[in-house]
This record gives sequence, structure tokens and C-alpha cells, in this order.
Amino acid sequence: MNFIQYCTASKHNFCAYVKQVFVVVLVFSATAGNAIAELEADIFYLLRDIEPPLPLSLIDKRIEKDGFAGAQLGLNDNQTTGSFLGHKYELVEVLIPAQGDVVESVQAAGLNPPKIIVANLNAIDLLTVADAYPDALVLNVYARDDHLRQQECRANVLHLPPSRAMLADGLAQYLAWKRWNKVVVVTGRHPEDALYAEALERSIKRFGLKVIDRNNWTSVPGARRTDSGHHTAQQEIPAFTQFKEHDVLLVADEVDEFGEYLSYRSRLPRPVAGTQGLMPTSWHRSHEQWGATQIQRRFEKIANRIMTEKDYSSWLAMRALGEAITNTNSADPVALKEFILSGKFKLAGFKGKALSFRTYNGQLRQPILVVSPRMLITVSPQQGFLHQLTELDTLGFDEPESTCKVFK
Amino acid sequence: MKRPSYRVCFVGAVSLMLATNAGAYSIYVSNEKDNTISIIDGDTLKVTDTVTVGERPRGIVLSHDSSVLYMCTSDEDHVEVLDINTLKVTHTLPSGPDPELMSLNPEGTKLYIANEDDNLVTVVNIDERTKDVEIPVGIEPEGIGVSPDGKWLVNTSETTNMAHFINTDTLKIEANVLVDTRPRVAQFTGDGAEVWVSSEIGGTVSIIDADSKEIKHKISFEVRGLAPESIQPVGVKLSTDGSNLAYIALGPAARVAIVNMETYEVEKYLLVGQRVWNLEFSPEQDRLFTTNGVSGDVSVIDLKKQRVIKSVKVGRFPWGLAISPDKQG
Repeated sequence: MNFIQYCTASKHNFCAYVKQVFVVVLVFSATAGNAIAELEADIFYLLRDIEPPLPLSLIDKRIEKDGFAGAQLGLNDNQTTGSFLGHKYELVEVLIPAQGDVVESVQAAGLNPPKIIVANLNAIDLLTVADAYPDALVLNVYARDDHLRQQECRANVLHLPPSRAMLADGLAQYLAWKRWNKVVVVTGRHPEDALYAEALERSIKRFGLKVIDRNNWTSVPGARRTDSGHHTAQQEIPAFTQFKEHDVLLVADEVDEFGEYLSYRSRLPRPVAGTQGLMPTSWHRSHEQWGATQIQRRFEKIANRIMTEKDYSSWLAMRALGEAITNTNSADPVALKEFILSGKFKLAGFKGKALSFRTYNGQLRQPILVVSPRMLITVSPQQGFLHQLTELDTLGFDEPESTCKVFK
Repeated sequence: MKRPSYRVCFVGAVSLMLATNAGAYSIYVSNEKDNTISIIDGDTLKVTDTVTVGERPRGIVLSHDSSVLYMCTSDEDHVEVLDINTLKVTHTLPSGPDPELMSLNPEGTKLYIANEDDNLVTVVNIDERTKDVEIPVGIEPEGIGVSPDGKWLVNTSETTNMAHFINTDTLKIEANVLVDTRPRVAQFTGDGAEVWVSSEIGGTVSIIDADSKEIKHKISFEVRGLAPESIQPVGVKLSTDGSNLAYIALGPAARVAIVNMETYEVEKYLLVGQRVWNLEFSPEQDRLFTTNGVSGDVSVIDLKKQRVIKSVKVGRFPWGLAISPDKQG
């Protein structure tokens, strides 16, 4: 199909947002060159056209369309394998207007309903898409919400990013290993901050840590770029952090409003961990183990910036699809899902272990990196946290805790 | 308290006995983190020298006359050439970016080098010190195996999950064999009939028929008490002494598997150091040496007894191994 032709003909409003990404077919040997395109996989990549928030630190740059470059790298990787096998991949980017309807945008992008969707969308949009296209395989590369893995799971959705529960468990295991048992929890004013704090509290209980105190950061931030901002923070933070004796100050500030102010300013000199400071994450610019340097370099070469968590999830989604298409010789969503959930599926994700999906809720099992702003500190699961099937299932919702009923 | 000291003496005596049988040779080990080469004496199994080289030495290969050691110094983007007599780096060879593993052709005139960052295999003319040609391959090329007759070059690509069969006359890829996830090392059997390819994340070793270029068997591994995902095959050594045994390094499982090359059954697992990486035989194939990345040592395996007899502390993150039948110095 040719979307540009379609858009030219239809003059549809949304066509302005639809771009076709041309596939670079690498020509290899004579043999590879002879391969006919026997199979074509069209992958729809959905994301909202919203202006990214300005990071609190001047060091961090605003990233446009965060995640898409990771999918492009995954496309290149798949296409190389595909060129040897006669498999052709196309990545169709669908930018959904900030206030626009998700399904309308997808309809505008294709003549046929999509069969494979990579969703760089929040939880509400993700569920809309998953329910509108029940026959499609949807790969979530953004939403970390626990309820999407639990009661609100969907039979056609796979989750690439770790859930908040997995992230919090990854951090809590390290705190337990360090015997930093006494924690305080500071929560921001946004709903996602409350969800992150909830995940922290669950992990704290799970790994035998103790909450000494809690507080909510409610002040509405002013301009992010100011000339003399540190004066107020130096006064405000010690006053705000009048906590009893504790080992670590945990912070839940997903939108990056205030968490960065806590380090070095709290009343007691204690490390900050959570959404800022010592941070559990799926990917980080400092990660170089298990061959990760190679993908960091490959990514920077095509994107001219560092690889983010969303880029990593998007790359993983493309690679998971590539593995499934290569091994099943099919682009049928049912066949792909079946292979992805089988014991044969093993994804290499530069984490030193094969990654696989949980068959009870579609979540990708993966080690969690625990990082400081400039260096990897540790990787969870920590030694000694055992599991009868795989130690990776000590992170997040284990099968006996699962409330997902519809996945399989 | 008395028992252990008795045991130490006993092991010492055994290794001394074996050493006299084994003949004089030297083991060269690249230490990826320390930017050094450790030299181990094959008799005493002690480190006799540590030589500072370029950044991030990984794959190392001796010339056929064992007079020089070629070293992929990955972060220098070239191959360094170490004179074995003087232990000085005499010159460098162009390698393309980020060289990782390489092999020498049977004539000893060419090096085939995998360039991990650029999806290339580079062919280097050793005498001319020039790059002959660059062959585009899959994503993240890694292992390089050369057939005994020199006609075939097998390169693995870690993200494409393939073994590429390159004709060394035409330097074209003639077949691509899909193997399990993250293939690492490719090794031909002594008769050239099979290629063994390890898959680190897939957890298997694929045995490819060199004629039909099809997988004829896949070996899986199972170690009681270890999660399957921690068994990650990397280094492969295939005996040519008639014993018909293959040795597979299993990475974080800290084991070397001994595999019967006729039945493809795993016969035994030997416990070695942590994150065992690469393997090399002694000249008479009576011992096997392993680099253990995380524990920073080399395990010495007596192949007749099928037992680890010693571990030798080297630098940080030992990676590559090469063994010369001549004693260094």
C-alpha cells in the first residue's frame, strides 16, 4: 500500500500527520540479492503529537517524538535479517493530534485495519486502541501503569516497558541488599506520582523495608528556567524534609518537577532514590555491559542523541516482532503472539539474560538497571532473591499475584 | 586445619608431574579492562609477565610461527602487533572500527576481522599492512571461523542471529544460516565437515553441515540448580586429537561443558571461574585453558582427568587466549 498516494487522493485531514518511512533495503551478497520479498510486515507506530515537557535540569534536552528513533533502529536491524530471508518490513508512523481521536487517526493512516501496532501512548489511549482493534497485536512501549498488567490487561497487548511495580521492586531489592531499611516517601501532586508512590509502598512491604514518614509535595512549580532558582530551594527543602531518622529518601515525581531539588539539600544527609537520584529504569545512557555499548553507539549514529527508555522499549518491540516474523515466516498477529509467548522466544536486549514475556499478562521480563545520573550502580534482581521459575519474576506481579484474567 | 594443606600439596605435586609431561609452552591472555596481556608459563602455570597494550584488548591470535601476537585493541580501532621476543608492540594493522574477534588464514598472510560497530568483516593483508576488502554482514558481527582448507569463512552476527558463509575466493556471502539468539563463536571441525556456532542468549550450540549449510543438530544444556537463562554458551573448542570431544564455555553458568562430537550428548560439566568466556588447548591438547571474565582468572583443565587443576589470577576481565608451543623469552 502507498499511504502518500492515498493521502494525496483522499485529502484527509489526518494525512498531514501520516508519514511513510521508507525502508532501507540493504543489498548483501548475490544469494541475498536473489531473495524475493515473500512476506511483508506493516507495523503501525502510534504516538501523540504533543510538545515534550521541558526537563528540570538544563543538562537534559527536550526530545521530540521520544521513542520513534528506537523503532527506526529496530526496523533497520530487522530489515538486515529480512533482506537475507525475503522478509520486508515497513514502519508507518501515525502522529495523533494532541486533542485528536486515536482511532480516527489510525483509520486515516491505512486502507485496512492495522494488524501490528506499536503504541507509544498513555494508558487511556492504549486501551482505546487495543479495544478498537481486538484482532491486532498491540505492543505497548510507553505506559508503565500496573493496572494494565493486572485487572485492565488485554488479550492482544504485550508490554515492553517494566511496570511501576517492577521498577519499584528493582530498587527495593537493592535497598534491602544494602540494608537501607528505613525509608521516607515524598510524593508529587500528579496522579502518576501517586501511582509511583503506591508501587514503592508495595515493594517496601514486599522486601521488608519500613516507611518512617511520608509527605506530599504540593507546590505548583513556576518557570523551569530562572536565573536564581537555587536560593528558594536551599530554604524550602530543609524545611520540607523534617523527617525522623531514616536511611533513604524516596521520591515519586514522574514529571520531573521537584525531585531533583532534594539531593544535597534535605535536612539529613541521606541519598535520594526513586524517580530522581538513585533510579530504577529499563535503560540508561551509562549502561555499557553485555554489549550495550554497541547499541548505544548504533543508536547515537542514527539519532544524534542519547537513547532513552522509550527508544529502548520501541527497539525491543521491533526486535520482538522481527524475531517472531523470522521464526514463524508469518506476519499474522495470532501466529506472532503464539510464538512470542512460547518457550522458543528468547530476546537479546543487552541485559545479560534472555528476555521473554509472561504468559499470564503479556509483560516482558527484564532485569532492572539501578542508576545514578551518570553511572550504572547495580542491576536487579539482586543476588539471593530466589524464584522457582526465573529470578526475573521476583520483579513485578508474579503469577500467583496476577489478577489478569483475559490474557491467555 | 590439617586436611586442606595436605590437599594443596597434593594438587601441587600433580600439576608439577603433569608439567614435566606437557612440554614448554606459553599462554597469552588479553585483559579487556586492564589493557594488558598476561603471559603464563605452561610449566609452572604462573604469570611471568604482564605487558601493557592499547585500549580494550579482546581477540588475540598468534602468527603460525608464534613470533608475533595480533591483538584486537577494540577502542583503538586497530590491531596491534606484539613481538613475542621483545614484548614490544612493533606496529599496528588497519582493522576497521571496533575490531573484536579475528582469525588467520591457513597461509598466515591474512587476518579476517569482525568489526562489531560497523557490520563489516575486514580482510587485512598482514605483509602489506593494508585493508584488502570490507565485506558487509549482519548487525554486530562477532565470531570468525576459517575452514581448515581456508576456502570458507564463517562469521556470526549477534543481532541478525545468523552465521554467514563467505567464500574466501570471491569474498561474497554464499549462505546465511539462521541460528539461535546472539550467536558468538564459530568453529570448524578438524575435517572441515561441520561448523559449531554458540548462541549466547539462545542457550544452544548449532551444528551446521558445512556442505549443505543446514543445521543438523542443536545442543542444549542443563545444569541442576541453575536457571536456564544463566546458561550462555560462548567459547567453543573442538578437539582434533582423536578424542572426539568438544568443549563449550557457558558464561555466567561458570561451567565448561564436555560434549561427545559423535552423539552430541553433553558428558560432563566442569566448574570453572565466573563468566567463562573463551577457551584454548595446550599444544598437545592435554589441557584446556579458560578466561573467566568476572573472577579475573584463568582455569586450567586437565583433559585426561577431566578436572580443573588450577586457577591462575590474571588482570581484570580476561577475554582472549592464545597459546604458543614455544616458551616466551
